[in-house]
Amino acid sequence: MTQPVTVTTAGDPLPELPGGAPYDVTVIGAGVVGTAIARALAHHPVRTALVEASDDIGDGTSKANTAILHTGFDAVPGSLEARLVREGQRKLAAYAAGTGIPVERVGALLVAWDAGQLAALPALLAKAEANGYHAARLLDADEVAEREPHLGPGALGALEVPDESVICPWTTPLAFATQAVRAGVHLHLDCRVGRIEPAPDHHTLTTGRGPLRTRYLINAAGLHADEIDRQFGHDHFTVTPRRGQLIVFDKLARDLVRHILLPVPTAAGKGVLVAPTVFGNVLLGPTAEELDDKTATESTQEGIALLREKGRRILPRLLDEEVTAVYAGLRAATGHEDYRIQAHPGLNYIAVGGIRSTGLTASMAIADHVTALLADTGLALGTPVALEPLTMPGLGETGERPCLDAGLIARDPAYGTLVCHCERVTEGEIRDALRSTLPPRSVAGLARRTRAGNGRCQGFSCGAGLRARIEEGSRT
Amino acid sequence: MTRRERSVDVLVVGAGPAGLGAAAALAASGVRRVEVLEREQTAGGIPRHCHHKGFGSRRTSGGISGPEYARRSAAAATGAGAVLRTGITVTGWAGPRILDTTGPGGLERITARTVVLATGARERPRSARLVPGTRPAGVYTTGELQQAVHLHHQHIGSRAVIVGDEPVADAAAGTLRAAGVEVVARVTDRPPVRPAALEPLHSAPLLTRTAVTALTGRPRLTGVAVRHEDGRTTTLPCDTVVFTGDWIPEHELARRAGLPLDAGTRGPAHDAAYRTGEPGVFAVGNVLHGVESAGTAAAEGRALAVPVLRHLATGDWPADRPAVAVAAPLEWITPNLIGPGDDRPLGDRFILRTGRSLTAPLLVVRQDGVELHRRRLLRPARPGRPFHLPAGWLDRADPHGGTVHVSLD
Repeated sequence: MTQPVTVTTAGDPLPELPGGAPYDVTVIGAGVVGTAIARALAHHPVRTALVEASDDIGDGTSKANTAILHTGFDAVPGSLEARLVREGQRKLAAYAAGTGIPVERVGALLVAWDAGQLAALPALLAKAEANGYHAARLLDADEVAEREPHLGPGALGALEVPDESVICPWTTPLAFATQAVRAGVHLHLDCRVGRIEPAPDHHTLTTGRGPLRTRYLINAAGLHADEIDRQFGHDHFTVTPRRGQLIVFDKLARDLVRHILLPVPTAAGKGVLVAPTVFGNVLLGPTAEELDDKTATESTQEGIALLREKGRRILPRLLDEEVTAVYAGLRAATGHEDYRIQAHPGLNYIAVGGIRSTGLTASMAIADHVTALLADTGLALGTPVALEPLTMPGLGETGERPCLDAGLIARDPAYGTLVCHCERVTEGEIRDALRSTLPPRSVAGLARRTRAGNGRCQGFSCGAGLRARIEEGSRT
Repeated sequence: MTRRERSVDVLVVGAGPAGLGAAAALAASGVRRVEVLEREQTAGGIPRHCHHKGFGSRRTSGGISGPEYARRSAAAATGAGAVLRTGITVTGWAGPRILDTTGPGGLERITARTVVLATGARERPRSARLVPGTRPAGVYTTGELQQAVHLHHQHIGSRAVIVGDEPVADAAAGTLRAAGVEVVARVTDRPPVRPAALEPLHSAPLLTRTAVTALTGRPRLTGVAVRHEDGRTTTLPCDTVVFTGDWIPEHELARRAGLPLDAGTRGPAHDAAYRTGEPGVFAVGNVLHGVESAGTAAAEGRALAVPVLRHLATGDWPADRPAVAVAAPLEWITPNLIGPGDDRPLGDRFILRTGRSLTAPLLVVRQDGVELHRRRLLRPARPGRPFHLPAGWLDRADPHGGTVHVSLD
């Protein structure tokens, strides 16, 4: 049975549940992890709320990352992260195939540029094996040159990881949240959580839109997970935002690179990569800057200069191509090597902290892990039921784009009218997004749902028209 | 369902001033099937949203507004017998002169005896200029600003900074004023072209030799951080910023076809007859050089009729042609290939751009060590504005020789 769809936004006070009952479970944070947890809970007959400070899902760390579906070959063997990334990769790959989330299995090359890096490759191969990943292999310099003809001079060899893939970072949480909401989860946007009063029967959350009561609480607040955690009297971890700046190059650069080109990791971190995107662009980044400001998502001259210097070494011709976008995301680093997922049965509370760059890959496995912890904590989840299947719009460049689908256009000419020329987004797709379960409320939200406005012209041709459609959509 | 297949004599991609000019002249010259494809719903190109006068003038008169110019250009093309189809997007090439299209009526595959690329140019947005900072609302190019104000009547903001000092920056200022937005400053990293005392009285202060170093504010712009050449920095408080000029040809189709581009213009390399590196594919207007005036683009379009007719009649296409290359501070020159025969560029002169202001520059043209031409220009040359090199020396160039180099002496 389909539940009524409940998405509430700014201005409205939070709704009362029948009989003034509290929610059974509330998830704080509608990023990729929070939406995945909400979706997992939607399988069960419990009253679940998903609360989000922003006006859209996936609007924090989840929207600005390297968009890689990791195999987990380089995780710390035996860690929780290693297990959840490995499981999550399989789950998300299968889910993506079923729902139409764009994924491209391009494979990765860890390229060694000096003797030290070359010498480190066999240990990385052994680490992959220890993580249960057996398809990796070593390539010599000639094989690397053959695989990547535009690589800069001096590559000595590489570790090939053929299953590393790129994925759409926006469609993934959107699919999770859409399915959750359609199955009865209440999504409350513009709902920043302030004070929390923990209590044995139910917690009371003070939010920007009034009080919210819940029997169980799951903290998936990403960069702010430590602040939520402290309200339970804990001092388990501190989130130190680690900024990653990235440059997106034009689609005309796409033919320059075939794989995800990873650096050989060093003590200084994972380093700067060059990767294709599912939208047909090329990504260069990220930087790794330890900060103390959880809002510092601005790019900097130094960051851009560093990326260009690294990029010139890896793929010299990339630097001659036009830049489509520059952005920065913040990873929720905790100073610990592993995820910080902890159930507190006495408190009816689960902290899901320290989910860093692998969070997108691991999201579905984290959700299942957390759901199991919740059952252990004492909440009777009941028998899970299947969710209604979902088909997401095809945003992948190599997938079936509506503007190239003659049958679709014949049934509905709006799919033959292009609005965003650079990204080839049609009137029909924009209309569908505005009428969807989770309609966009800004031009940026529309871009994450359709690609519209994300192209090389950055709105020169279509920006005003897109804004007009959003304004029209919010009036009706 | 599949693609409808059709064929035409001349397929023009883009119904801006150049494409419409070409279509009008070709149809008037008796080419039977001339078709113009325009991806926007309305033909006319950038003039559609340029609500200032000065279009179609001969300098002496005030001319007409952009939208009126766009309407007249479209009417001239259809009046001459060309077929104009709007809302049709070319999505790619199926062969050297075969284009795939999408429109509300479905998918087509159009085979043309001759293809004319007239896809125009756009201003580089903030991201392509690598301006760091936050990603706030309130950031525009002139093109987006004009459409927001003139086509959609949207609210813009209250205080704006304009980046750039090319003529298009004046158009941006006019649009902002029309929208009730105060222009608080204009910023350019170039030196002043005239003494501050000679700046128009009512215009906002012009900060020269000043680079934009960051945008601040979220979710709305709150300021533009700038740095003067001498190291002084400040932040200009504003809620709107318009990045003007810094044009780049819309060269996607040209590149997808594998047409060689000119390193300076980033448009297709071409000769005086607008022939590209691919037989049967011409290019005209601002896809060759971002950006010349609508009048120049239209004149190029009209001038295309003769070489296209000749090509339709003979099928001839030159193979290797020597390039014309410029040295810094010159940025580009167009045409940038030397064709065989006696084709002359429009107005019998080449168009150039310089990266810095030049007072009476002495231009030298050399090929294979031989000096073909040496001449001091009487007028100063400024960045972002055209200046010209007479084409008289073309007779002395060897169409089978090496690259022709144009430099300052």
